[in-house]
Amino acid sequence: MKRLLFVIPVAAFVALAFWFAAGLGRDPGYIPSMLINRPAPQFALPPIAGRARGFASDELMDQVSMVNIFGSWCASCEIEHPVLMEIAAEKIAPVYGLDWKDKPGAGAAWLGKRGDPYAAIGDDADGRVAIEFGVTGAPETFIIDAEGRVRHKHVGAITREDWRRVLKPMIEDLKKNAPAAD
Amino acid sequence: MRRLLISAAALAASEALAVEPDELLADPALEARARAISREIRCVVCQSESIDDSNAPLARDLRLLVRERINAGDGDEAVRDFLVARYGDYVLLKPRVQTNTLALWLAPMAAGAVGGVAALLFLRGRREREKPKPLTAEELDALAKLDR
Repeated sequence: MKRLLFVIPVAAFVALAFWFAAGLGRDPGYIPSMLINRPAPQFALPPIAGRARGFASDELMDQVSMVNIFGSWCASCEIEHPVLMEIAAEKIAPVYGLDWKDKPGAGAAWLGKRGDPYAAIGDDADGRVAIEFGVTGAPETFIIDAEGRVRHKHVGAITREDWRRVLKPMIEDLKKNAPAAD
Repeated sequence: MRRLLISAAALAASEALAVEPDELLADPALEARARAISREIRCVVCQSESIDDSNAPLARDLRLLVRERINAGDGDEAVRDFLVARYGDYVLLKPRVQTNTLALWLAPMAAGAVGGVAALLFLRGRREREKPKPLTAEELDALAKLDR
């Protein structure tokens, strides 16, 4: 009995210590996406200034694609931009843009200066579509499968490393496993 | 008097909030509901503030959304469900009681119960230990000798 009184608290402490130690490595700010394996939200956004083509969710069907949330006001987007240009040049999957809460014309001017990696861009001026996607900040990127379901969410700027090690293999995998479109 | 005025002004200033006048609903009852809900919705940008306290643009968008849902006739729970469907349970500052939060809600009560029982056992044991024990045969013997 005496021994048990000593062993139980010590064992409980050690168990808790290990549990908390494991928790130290986790990011408390990480918000898991609710959309994983669910259909992407339905929307139809107008084009940004000076463009003819907007961006509607119908385009996400029958192909593996990426949706990237950006804004001319967003510093990390500027860092991510050259990587997106490279990704678009690889032509593995189209990258669609969501110009999030930008002033009229600002997104177009930003892309005019730097180059445009996007297959189509929607102007999400009031940020409603971004909320439908559960966006918490820019940039964020979603991978959408051929059935229009969200398969992955990348928070923050995509680095070349992220692309090579995570996103690109995932897209290639989705394209391989996708049932033939015709 | 001046000091009183200054402290009154300081108190009033601390009441300033992130909510801007153009966001408010015309109906005070609906607005009160919106405020109560927003106080318990986490700003997903700043994460440790409610959307009612946060100045982040996304917090403003969510405040407007909460008011829009209320105006559309949604109940409080429906408004929360709408946000949880998009941002997950994370968006609620007060976790709901559900299977994956049972441990969170029950652990303090369990810890209290275990501690309470342990304290009770300890106290009862001490009372038992401190109770005067009957004298042993030798002690009775010694006492008898003294009495003589």
